[in-house]
Amino acid sequence: MTDFVVILISTILVNNFVLVQFLGLCPFMGVSNKLETAIGMGGATTFVLTLASICSYLVHNYILQPLGLEYLKTIAFILVIAVVVQFAKMFIEKTSPLLYRVLGVFLPLITTNCAVLGVALQNTAKAHNFTHSALYGFGAALGFSLVLILFSAMRERLAVADVPVPFKGAAIGMITAGLMSLAFMGFSGLV
Amino acid sequence: MTKIWSIPGGIHPPENKAQSLQLPLGEVSLPEEMIFPLNQHIGAPAEAVVREGDQVLGGQLIAKAKGPVSANIHASTSGVVVAVEERTLPHPSGLSGPCVVIRPDGEDRMVEFSPCEDYTALSHEELLEKIRAAGITGMGGAGFPSAVKLNPRGNQKIDTLIINGTECEPYITADDILMQTRPADLVSGTQLLAHLLGNPARVVIGIEDNKPTAIAAVRKAAEGTNVEVASFPTKYPSGGEKQLIQILTGKEVPAGQIPATIGIVLQNVGTTVAAWEAVRYGKPLIERITTVVGEALETQRNVVVRLGTPIRHVLAEHGFIGKKASRLIVGGPMMGYALEQDDVPVVKTTNCLLAPSKKELPPPAPAQACIRCGMCAEACPASLLPQQMYWYARSEDYERLEAHNIKDCIECGACSYVCPSSIPLVQYYRAAKGTMRQMAIEKEKSDRSRKRFEYRQERIAKAEAEKEAKRLARQKAAEEAKKKLAGQKAEGKEAAASAPQADIVAAAVARAQATQKSPEEEKARLERSVLSAKGRVEKLHEKIATAEGEMKEKLAAQLKQAELKLSEAESKLAAFDGSSTATPAAPAADDPVAAAIARAQAKMTMAPDEKLRANLDSLRERLAKAEEKLAAAQAEGSDKVDALQAGADKLKEKIAASEKELAELGPVDPVVQAPAEQDAAAAAIERAKAKAAARSSMSDEDKLRDQLQSLEGRLQKAGDKLAQAKAEGADTVDALQTGFDKLQGKQQELREQLRAINPAAPELQDPAAAEEAPAEAPAAAPDAAALAIERAKAKAAAQASMSDEEKLRDQIDSAEKRLQKARERLAKAEVEDDPNIDAFRGAVEKSEAKLEKLQGELT
Amino acid sequence: MYELLITHPFISALTALVALAVVFGGILGFAAVKFKVEGDPIVDQVDTLLPQTQCGQCGYPGCRPYAQAIANGDAINKCPPGGQSTINAIADLLDVEAPTLDEEHGEESDVKKVAYIREDECIGCTKCIQACPMDAILGAAKQMHTVIADECTGCDLCVEPCPVDCIDMIPVEKTLADWHWDNPANRTAVQHHDIIATDKQPSNDQDQDGAAA
Repeated sequence: MTDFVVILISTILVNNFVLVQFLGLCPFMGVSNKLETAIGMGGATTFVLTLASICSYLVHNYILQPLGLEYLKTIAFILVIAVVVQFAKMFIEKTSPLLYRVLGVFLPLITTNCAVLGVALQNTAKAHNFTHSALYGFGAALGFSLVLILFSAMRERLAVADVPVPFKGAAIGMITAGLMSLAFMGFSGLV
Repeated sequence: MTKIWSIPGGIHPPENKAQSLQLPLGEVSLPEEMIFPLNQHIGAPAEAVVREGDQVLGGQLIAKAKGPVSANIHASTSGVVVAVEERTLPHPSGLSGPCVVIRPDGEDRMVEFSPCEDYTALSHEELLEKIRAAGITGMGGAGFPSAVKLNPRGNQKIDTLIINGTECEPYITADDILMQTRPADLVSGTQLLAHLLGNPARVVIGIEDNKPTAIAAVRKAAEGTNVEVASFPTKYPSGGEKQLIQILTGKEVPAGQIPATIGIVLQNVGTTVAAWEAVRYGKPLIERITTVVGEALETQRNVVVRLGTPIRHVLAEHGFIGKKASRLIVGGPMMGYALEQDDVPVVKTTNCLLAPSKKELPPPAPAQACIRCGMCAEACPASLLPQQMYWYARSEDYERLEAHNIKDCIECGACSYVCPSSIPLVQYYRAAKGTMRQMAIEKEKSDRSRKRFEYRQERIAKAEAEKEAKRLARQKAAEEAKKKLAGQKAEGKEAAASAPQADIVAAAVARAQATQKSPEEEKARLERSVLSAKGRVEKLHEKIATAEGEMKEKLAAQLKQAELKLSEAESKLAAFDGSSTATPAAPAADDPVAAAIARAQAKMTMAPDEKLRANLDSLRERLAKAEEKLAAAQAEGSDKVDALQAGADKLKEKIAASEKELAELGPVDPVVQAPAEQDAAAAAIERAKAKAAARSSMSDEDKLRDQLQSLEGRLQKAGDKLAQAKAEGADTVDALQTGFDKLQGKQQELREQLRAINPAAPELQDPAAAEEAPAEAPAAAPDAAALAIERAKAKAAAQASMSDEEKLRDQIDSAEKRLQKARERLAKAEVEDDPNIDAFRGAVEKSEAKLEKLQGELT
Repeated sequence: MYELLITHPFISALTALVALAVVFGGILGFAAVKFKVEGDPIVDQVDTLLPQTQCGQCGYPGCRPYAQAIANGDAINKCPPGGQSTINAIADLLDVEAPTLDEEHGEESDVKKVAYIREDECIGCTKCIQACPMDAILGAAKQMHTVIADECTGCDLCVEPCPVDCIDMIPVEKTLADWHWDNPANRTAVQHHDIIATDKQPSNDQDQDGAAA
């Protein structure tokens, strides 16, 4: 049981994929203008990440490994991720057209979200079992969603604040992200 | 001791209340001119009931409440109405609005008020009516009509009445002095309001503890009554409605609700006393106590001022020094507004006139950047987040403002007061609230616009669709007609190839039978076909009479063919009519047509194979007749002999052929008769077919008319010939006379038919019966017919002498008439659910088309 | 079979990938059918944001067609009656950068206008009635027409067809009902004088204290 907690805390806080491992920065900067969008993106990524890590585990352990095709794992994982993302896209388009429109290009771009592939690859690298893989993916997604939502809440305030002109927009966003990253570094040593 | 709760936030600005309390309550003299804005309250503006030049007395109604949320306005002194016009209003906008302007006469006469000793004797409605009639509105600030507030909705049980004597804003002491000077009236008024609200369990007068004199006075007056007097620590803005409720009851009014929903009604002390005066003395709201204060004035005190008195006048009486004043404020320094002009009047809500010196209230420092200190949030009595709202108000993010409950902001100004950066926070909220209200109105309007637009679109689309449907229907009808025509042709060809008897008319009849349901109509149709066939026969007869040489041969052939058709059609008609139909027997044997009918009747029950034989008989008969004619011609040495001879020969041939046919095919298949026709006959068939097709596309009426026209032409010709013959003493006179008579008869008959079609359903009279007339009295042409001929001739002559344009006009007129008639008929048919309605509709459409065409030609 | 795959890595790789592709393709195909999207609900949402003047200045015959066009990717800055606020609202909805108004389609006016028919000049031709998208003009042939001011959206479509030019667009006067305070952010410093509640001044406080004492 403890290992579950350890995995969750590790992925959400200590080894946060965005702020500590610097994976998946592009949606982090791109979809954090509005809180609602960030929540939607967080949800979508959570769905994709969890499912992708499970699927990639299955593909890796039951297809690639028995056949000795580990060298194909990147291609296979990309395939898995692409399918899951496409599925998520269709699902969101049906259930929340506005979110679909707002997420825009970032939704299909979850495919190239390095955090997703990163999780899948790390799962194999760390030789996680099925539960651990799923949990690892889920935790990573939670961490991603957490920082995305925090960041977007801050950016919403920044948008209406008196920011010096040279820092307006993305610049202050970058600075904020840096500061957040520093703050998350403080979690190291927690586990 | 009453339990006192506390409110969040709040501030303690310098009170500045002492200045105006040094002097006793004063009075203001009558001004030169008084102004009564029609909108001094929340709700709909009142409606002026006086006009320029009217004499009014003090207390007289000058503007009547309009709608449920509105208030009466009364003159506060006697005088003359000098104008009802737009004047600048005492409003932060500085806008102008309708006002009644009165010039006082100085006599200050009052109308007689009707006092009431014991209000408990009055019903609830009467009391409310008294308050409403007196025009009482909230006198603390907003000016909400009191009668509305004192009459909460049925489902709202009021358990607490709070009288607001807080007066928390700096400088203002109007309520304080009122409580000091008239505590007994206040308590009585409180009891009155309690009575009105069904004696709530708790009746409390809330007074801040910075007014000890007032508290003592009211406590004394309230002794022995159920009115509780509560004092609580001074804090701005404890006088706010929701804040005072929270202080005295510990309850919070839910966001977006009124206090009545939690069983509380709150009234200002000034309002309470005014209501008491209205009920007890019958005195309307015509004056109020106003604090006149500020260092720019020589005298600072409270005054009783008549409503409508210009502020300039009030200030002048208090020694206003314009140079010293930084600005002129109506209301307190926290929630009041600066006036641009001082010629606006004192109204029901004017509780304070503040004329501060520049030192006293200097212009605000320029706003600086927000330093996010959060002092505004601490000061907010409504527990809102002023700083957040400030950012969102600045960026005009109304959605978020809504989410931050900006609507619960009471605009007390505490946040602005504490802001170290001097940001006019409350101003942002006021602006945002105003914009949001405006946006809501616009949204509503745009929704309405959308609906209107959509309805319009729908309507237009519907109209288009109807038009399109009509067009399609017409197109379809035309196509059907075309198809029919094609079908006719095909059938005609088939018939020509297989059986000459199954001619076009028969085919048409058959089709008509297939499509038409009503037997009457069918009959009519058959009759018409008989008629047209008859027409043809007649025409051919006539042509033969006039034709020369070879033409005669052809004509004779045609005649033969036409007669065949006629007999066929008649037999059909007769078959249809059945034995029950009273078809008069053919009266004159010499009339071939009548004879044919007789034959047809006889044939009624005949088997089809016998028809052929009958035809043969008729052919023989005709041959006999032709031979007779031939003999007569030969006797006369006429040059027609040859032609007649040829015709007779042809007939013989035909008979022979028919006989042969009959013998060959016999009774087995009499219809299939090889066409032993000459070219001429075939050509005639073709022509007849074409004509029939043309006719079939015509409406019945038009057909008739067509026939009638041609008949008229023939009649005329015949008449001419007859006259000529008579003049020359020719021996053909008799024959010509007979032909003429026949034609006349025929015309008569057609006319009758036309008439039958025209005024009612096309219930044609029996053609046979119609035919009787000419047959019975061939010599004595009916006068009517003669008359009609005369008319027709006259018309023709007139037309000939007319210019084209006139002709067209004439035609248009008649077409219009016809259209009118057709429409009438259609309407009638619609009402009666006539099965011929389609025909009528077609007729109307055709008439319309014709009219249009004629009009087009004319232009 | 298994031996074959093991011994021929090329075949095994091919088979594995093809199998995966087929399976996933099947899943996606199923999802495509299951989550088929009909219509575009964005149109409705954009339509509610548009001012519904139906003026056609955007180049579309009415607000809804324009909403449709926006949903299909047209520029959102073609609506002069809505002005910048409408553009901002749509930009916010679609989460795009708010452009400024495209002047090509007309200028935003700060004052609302309504059509007004100079009634003694009206000849009753009904042309304006046909032009009005709101049905806000009353009248009949050869009868004087008048505008229902409450329903008029100020689109000025009726001005052009009038053969006698008797229609004016007059600005709507501000009344007490629609007056509201200005946003202080839009004001100049001079105009601040009518704001009362910020009157706390340190010096002022001291003065008052002094007076009270």
